[in-house]
Amino acid sequence: MSQFVRFTIDGTECMASKGQFIVEAAKENGIYIPTLCNYPGIKPKGGCRICTVRVNGKLMTACTTPVAEGMNIENDVKDIRELRKSIVELLLVEGNHFCPACEKSGNCELQALAYRFQIMVPRFPFQFPIRKVDASNPKIIKDQNRCIQCKRCIRAIKDEKGRSIFAYRKRSSSVEVVVDKKLGKQLTDELAQKAMDVCPVGSILVKEKGFIIPIGERKYDKKPIGSDIENMSVSKI
Amino acid sequence: MSKPIIATTSLAGCFGCHMSVLDIDDRILELFELVEFNKSPINDIKKFTKKCDIGLIEGGCCNSENVHVLKDFREHCKILVSVGECAIMGGLPAMRNGIPIRECLEEAYLNGLTVVGNEERIIPNDPELPMLLDRVFPCHEVVKIDYFLPGCPPRADLIWDALVALISGDEMKLPYEVVKFD
Amino acid sequence: MKAEVKKTIEKYGNDKFRLMDILIDIQKENGYIPGEAITQIAEDFEMSEVDVEQTVSFYHFFSQKPTGKYAIFLNNSVVANMMGRAEVAATFMKELGIKFGEVTPDGSAGLFNTSCIGMNDQEPAAIINNRIFTRLTPFRVKEIVRDIREGKDVDEMNVQDWGDGENSSDLIRSVVSNNIRKIGPVLDRDFTAGQAIEKIIKLKPEEVIEEVKKSNMRGRGGAGFPTGLKWEFCRNAPGEKKYIFCNADEGEPGTFKDRVILTERPRLLFEGMVIAGYAVGASEGIVYVRYEYKYLEQHLEKILQQAREANYLGKNILGKKGFNFDIRIQFGAGAYVCGEESALIESAEGKRGEPRDRPPFPVEKGYHDMPTVVNNVETLCSVVKVILKGGEWYKSFGTNESTGTKLLSISGDCKFPGVYEVVWGFSVNDILDMVGAGKEDVQAVQVGGPSGALISPDEFNRTLGYEDLATGGSLIIIGKNRDILSGIVLNFMDFFIDESCGSCSTCRIVPTLMRNKLNKILNARGTQQDIDDLTEWGKILKASRCGLGQTAGNPILSSLKNFPALYEEKIQKNKSFDSGFDLNAAIKESAKATGRIPNF
Repeated sequence: MSQFVRFTIDGTECMASKGQFIVEAAKENGIYIPTLCNYPGIKPKGGCRICTVRVNGKLMTACTTPVAEGMNIENDVKDIRELRKSIVELLLVEGNHFCPACEKSGNCELQALAYRFQIMVPRFPFQFPIRKVDASNPKIIKDQNRCIQCKRCIRAIKDEKGRSIFAYRKRSSSVEVVVDKKLGKQLTDELAQKAMDVCPVGSILVKEKGFIIPIGERKYDKKPIGSDIENMSVSKI
Repeated sequence: MSKPIIATTSLAGCFGCHMSVLDIDDRILELFELVEFNKSPINDIKKFTKKCDIGLIEGGCCNSENVHVLKDFREHCKILVSVGECAIMGGLPAMRNGIPIRECLEEAYLNGLTVVGNEERIIPNDPELPMLLDRVFPCHEVVKIDYFLPGCPPRADLIWDALVALISGDEMKLPYEVVKFD
Repeated sequence: MKAEVKKTIEKYGNDKFRLMDILIDIQKENGYIPGEAITQIAEDFEMSEVDVEQTVSFYHFFSQKPTGKYAIFLNNSVVANMMGRAEVAATFMKELGIKFGEVTPDGSAGLFNTSCIGMNDQEPAAIINNRIFTRLTPFRVKEIVRDIREGKDVDEMNVQDWGDGENSSDLIRSVVSNNIRKIGPVLDRDFTAGQAIEKIIKLKPEEVIEEVKKSNMRGRGGAGFPTGLKWEFCRNAPGEKKYIFCNADEGEPGTFKDRVILTERPRLLFEGMVIAGYAVGASEGIVYVRYEYKYLEQHLEKILQQAREANYLGKNILGKKGFNFDIRIQFGAGAYVCGEESALIESAEGKRGEPRDRPPFPVEKGYHDMPTVVNNVETLCSVVKVILKGGEWYKSFGTNESTGTKLLSISGDCKFPGVYEVVWGFSVNDILDMVGAGKEDVQAVQVGGPSGALISPDEFNRTLGYEDLATGGSLIIIGKNRDILSGIVLNFMDFFIDESCGSCSTCRIVPTLMRNKLNKILNARGTQQDIDDLTEWGKILKASRCGLGQTAGNPILSSLKNFPALYEEKIQKNKSFDSGFDLNAAIKESAKATGRIPNF
């Protein structure tokens, strides 16, 4: 039997099961906390920092911090909104994100967050890094221009022996997510599709599969990311 | 009171943003009632004849000519607006930013599939020609830009709303559906 | 290659958590980590090759390309630059005919930059094939290059006198000087090995923790967490096995106190670990030592062996039934972030040194997900004295908030750089007097390394301690003639940019943007807006996962706060905006490609 804990988000009384991560607990209470590197079902790794909230006065990532009794969580407050907006802008200038030419446009979570935060132009200078497109894999294309190093593919895609197909290489601003040459060759169609679906941006694409959904019908064409959570009728516990 | 004066230009762009201006449909008649156009491809005025209130910039800066035009706009316009992805972040032309200039030129004039003629294998270098910049620059990384209208192209409604807001001084409404990067 | 790699893997018990050791051996044997080795490791451990490579490519001292028969790593820290590194570097390049990052065509030598190697009191310094060369001069470099050409062994190349103390012992034989300038209660030689162990085995573990708590001692690494409390948390955390880690990965530029302890007081340190092990109920201790101190390996191993022979380590220690504890040494491979305790644990498990998300804290889930205490070298040494003389005695030193003493690593523009043990509450002024730096000659003091604070003479009356200037112990004295922004702040920013693990978006991106902005200001293209941006952008870093990320903007933020004039005098007063765009620079490449001369 799970234990319940009581906590507040921006003053709203909330309840959730003990040990649940703040992001999930908030969701159950109809409160959206923006995330990017987080993905349901895989181990969280507070990397993008977008879900940062203030817990009892301290900045914490909501995707990795479990709720506890009496927690006072600040989520939708000015400085945190501004912080999240800056992080989206950082990611936009760090890579080469040419939305008009991207297969994932309209279904991209980074873009959707930019829409949600009404980013007209990033405050930071565009870095235009020199990055490669790796099309050597028979099933997928790994476009480093668009990679935001969120590690979702690294954590989610393993072969039948549990070995990683994707991994980080190098560190600091040179860090990149690469595909294993050998194991990548044995990628099944299902796993390739899963990798593309797990990727929040257009960095992993299944070959010959771009632009399937017409403009206007894509995931974030009409409704902001997170609006499904906010419009959800909260089942009272 | 005299009508606000607008100027427009297309730098390293595809004129799609200008097309989107025309896409405001019959509101274009209303626009001509509201404003006067100065230097713009729409009326083919080539040189500024007076100070303008609003300059709409399509496209980023890919060569020295773009930089000169943009600076000219900055000098002549009170408000500058980057219209569309290319002006805002370089857009598709900036996809060349990771490629050395020499390779770009060789691809365009010597080795590309569409190169015909050019038996003498000449890369144009006439002094009259604008010089390519080493990379494509977003407009606000060259001069100060006051407002940004994203989109490829920006939706006609967004352009219309922005112009009306700038002219009337009212706050701009930004419905979710019209602010898009593609 | 295959057989050699297999043998190395077997040497470490076919344990994939010992990947660091395996890679260190392969790197040492070959001068790099060949692709075949990665394939072999991946095969043996049933990992993917990219999984092995992600560890290999993380660490500065691992290379996937040959680094030369003699791999020269020349320190490029701020103090190295102050002490004449430029000429030394130029001489290396000239004599070898290569640039930094290159290997000579014959493969004999490679030349690389490296961040602070813990020799700030004897710069310029370099590491060549794990041997340390200090106080380099252009003349000395010529000698070294000549020896390289003759194929001399690195040990024969050290023609100078050996350093003092243990540095000259057979197992170290290095030119490093200790430079211990002031001895206090911790460094005091009033200790013989085993003394504290004899005492604790008569006590209950809880009583040991109680004594440490009574001392109010706080961790010496910088964060200042109460040591006794950390032990108690770990003791009470459920787990079938517990671990004691000693963090000897001092990587904060300017600190070198651990080097001196590892050289001169290793018995004290190991005894501190045994005490910690007894207190929390751990049976295994691991000293994570930065790769830069690899030259101390045999020395440390010998001391450990002596301790085992004396039964200070091993089974039923000194007859105490069931008290088993042993220590092994784990080397890092060049990553500042591994000084962060959870990154250190990750690294010791053979992975990339990426800090973990907390909670859970290492005391709950650390090494192999078991409760783990990570203590600084100095903390563990101090603990021994607390046990021997009592928490009350320890508390008699220092201030209320900061009890005991602190080891300082002092370098830069002063007569007597070295290690000083002072009581907390010492002021910066006192320090300047002590180290022979005239106040009129000092422009600033960097307290706590790049992640700390750059303070101006107005603040030299401030005191060291958790209540005022908290520090891990690095103090760099900056003389009047130094250029703070271009000479120090830029170097520190480059350091943080290089050392980010890359997993947090904030720390991966913001420092580069801040550095570029500083460059814009230095290039006379800055405006007030740029200064304001630096302040604002710096705030974003506070959302990073670990201390490195959170403080990565400090070189700029701290100098901006305490030396605003340095920035203000460089910006354009008559402009409110400058994009920094430079047309002539922007057409340089295309002018070259088309052979045109710009006509504007």
